[in-house]
Amino acid sequence: MIHDLVIVGGGPAGLAAAIYAGRAKLEGFILEKMSPGGQVLITDLVENYPGFPEGITGFELVEKLSAHAQKFGFGVKNGEVQKIESEGENFKLILTDDKIVTSKTVIVATGATHRKLGVEGEERLTGRGVSYCATCDGPFFRDQVVAVVGGGDSAVQEAVFLTKFAQKVYLIHRRDELRAIKVLQERALSNEKIEFIWDSTVEAIEGKDQVESIRIYNKKSGEVTNLPVDGIFIFIGIEPVTGFIRDLVNTDERGFIKTDEWMRTSIKGVYAAGDCRLKPLLQIVTAVAEGATAAYAVEHDLS
Amino acid sequence: MSSDKIIQVTDADFDEKVLKNDLPVLVDFWAAWCGPCRAIAPVIDQLADEFDGKVVIAKMNVDENPATPGRFGIRAIPTLILFKDGNVVEQITGAVGKTVIENALSKVA
Repeated sequence: MIHDLVIVGGGPAGLAAAIYAGRAKLEGFILEKMSPGGQVLITDLVENYPGFPEGITGFELVEKLSAHAQKFGFGVKNGEVQKIESEGENFKLILTDDKIVTSKTVIVATGATHRKLGVEGEERLTGRGVSYCATCDGPFFRDQVVAVVGGGDSAVQEAVFLTKFAQKVYLIHRRDELRAIKVLQERALSNEKIEFIWDSTVEAIEGKDQVESIRIYNKKSGEVTNLPVDGIFIFIGIEPVTGFIRDLVNTDERGFIKTDEWMRTSIKGVYAAGDCRLKPLLQIVTAVAEGATAAYAVEHDLS
Repeated sequence: MSSDKIIQVTDADFDEKVLKNDLPVLVDFWAAWCGPCRAIAPVIDQLADEFDGKVVIAKMNVDENPATPGRFGIRAIPTLILFKDGNVVEQITGAVGKTVIENALSKVA
């Protein structure tokens, strides 16, 4: 059968699109490779989503969004898309198990994933002291020494979170000031367990079976030092999950999908919403707004 | 609504249920505070049904059972370790799509 709409990805953008699609009585479903949630699931506390002055945990917010989407009958199916091809006026979604789903319209809401440093030892020691999720792995580093790499919101927020467990947290940033929003900066700068290492990059992660130390290069002094740590948490930004559709729609050089203000991509019938889309602010609040807009555009364009 | 094919293992019965099992065993090391662990749970459920009789799917709560994760150097979850005849065949760290786990299981099933 040919569906009206398939939403690829069940994070905040996809779930918000599903709420609006369900209420518009559009036929279709979300395709999610795991269970709904996306990057929000690794967030300890969401403090900037309007309507929750006390903050809400990533867990709870995902549960509420999922329940809300289900309420209007636009369901979630398990599946991972490996490629999307156009077929006449419709789109053929080829899944990783080779099943094929055909739909008149597609909203791409696949979000983004963490970037890697790309240094020696990173791959080999992932899960052995190298981590990209402080809420998951922080408790393994009780009373130990860890490094956090990055200077944005995630790096700074997670560095503060890790002080709950670690005895010391080094925050390593390639510039001499943080990019994170002010309220987070203030928390980190006043936290006694956090020591800042400015103007520096991590050159290598070392250790036999576990992380034992990292090699740090100071860009200003040219000095290379070896810092003993038990773990390293990497938060140096994200990359969009758009490999499966880059041949079809226009993206920027990093792979973020370009759209108009209706969330329409360069291909009629394909829309994008959330962190996979090229935009200035990557937040839950913008993701849900774009999901809603994309579903509205689908309804408008199909009728 | 986790699959009834999944067995729970603890530090106390890990050797018996996993290392000495005649079938290959995939152990999902997880904790309640881990979002990605919850994210892959439905995939693990599906695999338990699909590989029923060929690979045993087990879960271990790392909060309640710290010894076994320590023994295998686990410092990140979710971690999935596939055991066959008492040996580690494959280790997958982080939330991955179903295909990645399926490919690992297919090699031993």
